[in-house]
Amino acid sequence: MSAQDFAQLAALFPDEVVTHSYVQDIALPGVDGAPSAGTFALITLDNGLDHRRPSTLGPNTLVEFGTVLEDQRERAARGEIQGVGVTGKPFFLAAGADLSAVKNLKNPEAALWMAQLGHDVYSTLNDLGVPSFVFINGLALGGGLEIALNANYRTVSTGAGALALPEAFLGLVPGWGGVYLLPRLIGPANAVQVMIENALSNNRTLSGPAAYKLGIADALFQPADFVEQSVNWAARVLAGAESVGRPNAVAEPLSEDNSAAWDAAVVRARAFVEAKTSNAAPAPARVIELLEKGKHFTKAESFAAEDAALAELMGTPQFKDTVYAFLDLVQKRAKKPAGAPDPKLARPVTKVGVVGAGLMAGQFALLFARQLKVPVVMTDISQERVDKGVAYVHGEVDKLLAKGRISQDAANRTKALVTGSATKAVFADADFVIEAVFEELAVKKQVFAEVEEIVSPECILATNTSSLSVTAMAEDLKHPERLVGFHFFNPVAVMPLLEIVRAPKTDDAALATAFATAKALRKTAVLVKDAAAFVVNRVLLRLMAEVSKAFDEGTDAHTADTALRPMGLPMTPFTLLAMVGIPVAQHVTESLHTAFGDRFHVSANQQALIDAGKKGLWETAGDGTVSIPADTLALLTFGNTPSTGEELLLRTQDALAEEIGLMLAEGVVAGPEDIDLCMILGAGWPMHLGGITPYLDRVGASQRVNGKPFHPAA
Amino acid sequence: MSQNRQIRDVVFVDGVRTPFGRAGEKGIYATTRADDLVVKCIRELMRRNPSLPAERIDDVAIAATTQTGDQGLTIGRTAALLAGLPQSVPGFAIDRMCAGAMTAVTTTASGIGFGAYDVVIAGGVEHMGHHPMGAGADPNPRFMSERIVDPAALNMGNTAENLHDRFPAITKDRTDAYAVASQTKLAAAYAKEQIQPDLVPVATIKPAAGWTVNTVDEPPRPETTLEDLAALRTPFRAHGRVTAGNAAGLNDGATAALLASADAAEELGLPVKMRLVSYAFAGVAPEVMGIGPVPATEKALRLAGLTIEDIGLFEINEAFAVQVLSFLDHFGIADDDPRVNRYGGAIAVGHPLASSGVRLMNQLARQFEEDHSVRYGITTMCIGLGMGATVIWENPHFAATTTEGSAA
Repeated sequence: MSAQDFAQLAALFPDEVVTHSYVQDIALPGVDGAPSAGTFALITLDNGLDHRRPSTLGPNTLVEFGTVLEDQRERAARGEIQGVGVTGKPFFLAAGADLSAVKNLKNPEAALWMAQLGHDVYSTLNDLGVPSFVFINGLALGGGLEIALNANYRTVSTGAGALALPEAFLGLVPGWGGVYLLPRLIGPANAVQVMIENALSNNRTLSGPAAYKLGIADALFQPADFVEQSVNWAARVLAGAESVGRPNAVAEPLSEDNSAAWDAAVVRARAFVEAKTSNAAPAPARVIELLEKGKHFTKAESFAAEDAALAELMGTPQFKDTVYAFLDLVQKRAKKPAGAPDPKLARPVTKVGVVGAGLMAGQFALLFARQLKVPVVMTDISQERVDKGVAYVHGEVDKLLAKGRISQDAANRTKALVTGSATKAVFADADFVIEAVFEELAVKKQVFAEVEEIVSPECILATNTSSLSVTAMAEDLKHPERLVGFHFFNPVAVMPLLEIVRAPKTDDAALATAFATAKALRKTAVLVKDAAAFVVNRVLLRLMAEVSKAFDEGTDAHTADTALRPMGLPMTPFTLLAMVGIPVAQHVTESLHTAFGDRFHVSANQQALIDAGKKGLWETAGDGTVSIPADTLALLTFGNTPSTGEELLLRTQDALAEEIGLMLAEGVVAGPEDIDLCMILGAGWPMHLGGITPYLDRVGASQRVNGKPFHPAA
Repeated sequence: MSQNRQIRDVVFVDGVRTPFGRAGEKGIYATTRADDLVVKCIRELMRRNPSLPAERIDDVAIAATTQTGDQGLTIGRTAALLAGLPQSVPGFAIDRMCAGAMTAVTTTASGIGFGAYDVVIAGGVEHMGHHPMGAGADPNPRFMSERIVDPAALNMGNTAENLHDRFPAITKDRTDAYAVASQTKLAAAYAKEQIQPDLVPVATIKPAAGWTVNTVDEPPRPETTLEDLAALRTPFRAHGRVTAGNAAGLNDGATAALLASADAAEELGLPVKMRLVSYAFAGVAPEVMGIGPVPATEKALRLAGLTIEDIGLFEINEAFAVQVLSFLDHFGIADDDPRVNRYGGAIAVGHPLASSGVRLMNQLARQFEEDHSVRYGITTMCIGLGMGATVIWENPHFAATTTEGSAA
């Protein structure tokens, strides 16, 4: 076939931002003193936009690229060119398939065409009649990296920022040859690392040198003259002056060792996917299936299977929900928080006060000092506690230094920024004071009353409360308009989400300052109304309440703890409970029960565990299996209305749909998108659920409970 | 301080340059930064001389006439950092207009002779597309009020017309013929691969065109005929003599050379392409700046204890044909003397102001390698505001033949 045969598909996307294929003929540099050996056609992929808009690969782009490649094939046949190279505009080779186009493919035929189009175009690159080269000058993701894999030779820049095959993460397979070519090029174990492990580890990417080390590229050059050196290297290869060794490549037919390594890699991949996703999303399994079968496939067989897999996966809700979560939420909505006031209203924060010197306070002090690079002063009731708190921060800085994460100068600076005092007078010139004291309304009100005596009327007062009413906290303040909720997630340094709470009297300037501070802290902020437990904890605890209720009713512990596996949540309910700490969970559940009633079941069994000082339900045996120890079991009492796993899953879906429906009705956030963003960033819920609300639509829970979906069909 | 400090021999180890481009929006470097051009040269020097540890470079002197924008921020230092040289290697910027790179060479060479340096990089750059001649300059009004400099002398084309006035024997016919010869000689040198070995390829990307790799000079017009030149207008004076055809153009390009003490070159296994004999700068009336190479050369010869007859090869910058001919006439050398600009000159290849000095040296070094009968050669150029610069070099490949004087 020819790329032009897909013109009909391309015509469906008249608004595509086309990445053009520009050809320049270059005289091949003479090798070792010999004269030029002919002409090299260098193709540049360039969408004509600046570095903020990476080149992507939509149907029109691929048709143009394929047509240009076919032209080169004809020129090669005429003897006009001796080699063909492909590279990208500065900083990018290509960021992969144009997801906004792909997600809009309306029917399975169009999806299949899209898959076939990629194969058709990339196959030409491998069949030009002259050798083909790809110079990976920058970011190369998915279909972008697969351009390189389909060529005969590759160079990569040490400055290339991100190389990856993220398809398994996105809900697809590296189906433009990647899944077939990569294990043969770099060995099956390395291919599993790239296609499965990296993809499913928060979409981890490879640097240029790392990709070179794995064998993805044959040569590595520095950015300052990357194109020149790549062309020079290509000339040497064409002249036979450069031998290209691929130590990790797997030759066919497979040797016994390679065959065994292949099988082992498949086993490893399965175990990884099982542990990481509970097999809740279809794509990773398809990648592994293609890898496994691909061991015996011819290239044509693999490409046909890849086409089928891609066409099918592009139609799955998991893919669409991932694109929603990844593109619409994490990449777009996260950068423009809904409902945030004009950033211009924000006041500068030149000094931060932290009330308290405990563990949470120390985490705050470290984060503020490292990111804002302004003085941070911690206070507590005794000099001893203050010293301990400051020492903790300094110790954490030393750990970062020892790990090489920061320089000695940065360590000195950060340590010098963090000081402590037993008197709050040091807050006098602070612009932002956050409390990290005991979670009790009277205590927090007392603290803010004291702070207000010292600070300026504009100084932001921030509370990290997770369950108390910010409105109540503001009641007796002289300047309630400067109080905001600033709710972090644990561990503070790692979790990307901040729930910023606007109380009724909070003014725009305070809120804008809070958002600006969140941005400077490199956190994604979501604006929430002052409602008990805000978003993440309310949703999580409604889920936990449903599971613990079923458990108390007599549902077998294993059944209760694994019922939600089809959702692919990052951990089981009881594991999460143990991690949060049963007393903390119980405390928050009680306050939610007070606020919302029986929807938040307060578990008697959990209380029994707390009373007995138990940290968790499960005990893990040497072989990794979990069970409830007999002495724990003796503490528990059960009802006689057990649920099956299916029943509990359905019940939990309905409970979540109900709770989120109520939250939206209460106006806790601007829309279901914010709920989803919170659950992805604050609880690590998977993108293939779209966070949560697209999943609840998909399984019918929103219809069952609320009579309407969260996301009406467009 | 050592009581017996010795002046040390300075050698020219290697030199490279970018292909030169035509300044302006259509030029090959329209979208390329000046500092990046320098970086390509430094990196090529390092690649070509792998026995030189980068940390042994003692300084990086890069000349630019306009030291702002992509030629600002102390370009010797920025280019060194951008080229990936160690942070321990310092750098500086230098300016003597057209003789910038030549002054970078002589200044650092003096440092080597004095013992402050073992190895240096010296070069120059001018992106005349980004930095038109004189852009941003603010000449002191006293130049005019006190008649210190004829205002017309700030325009180089005018000074070339002035030179024709001073030397009526230099006619437009002669300058045009010289210009055609320059084009012809460069084309011949290209055909013999005498230019290409010292060019560093430069990849550039332009909107809606993609990447290309530039490997040859853009300015040459080898097809130029006397008739073509006769038809050109004389922009500096009505019915004048100076045209775009018998002058260097407005160009973009960069050069860089590696210099070392003779001892350091030996220690590090670096090749010796030329030995520095002497150098001199001299001032002349700004309105006839083109005559500058005459007193500069006389001074350099005197310092070296040589005469013009000792010089076997001349690389003279061709800012204007009239300025070259005034030099040749002064020393009684024929317009078509085969010792002069064997590979053609700036009229053909271009003259990105502060970069050109090292181009002359690259070409002289290659001619030394080709012609072992020559012992001494000079590189010389005129400079705006009335100056000349000359460096005399000795050919390390020189082998005296029996016809060349006694065997003493």
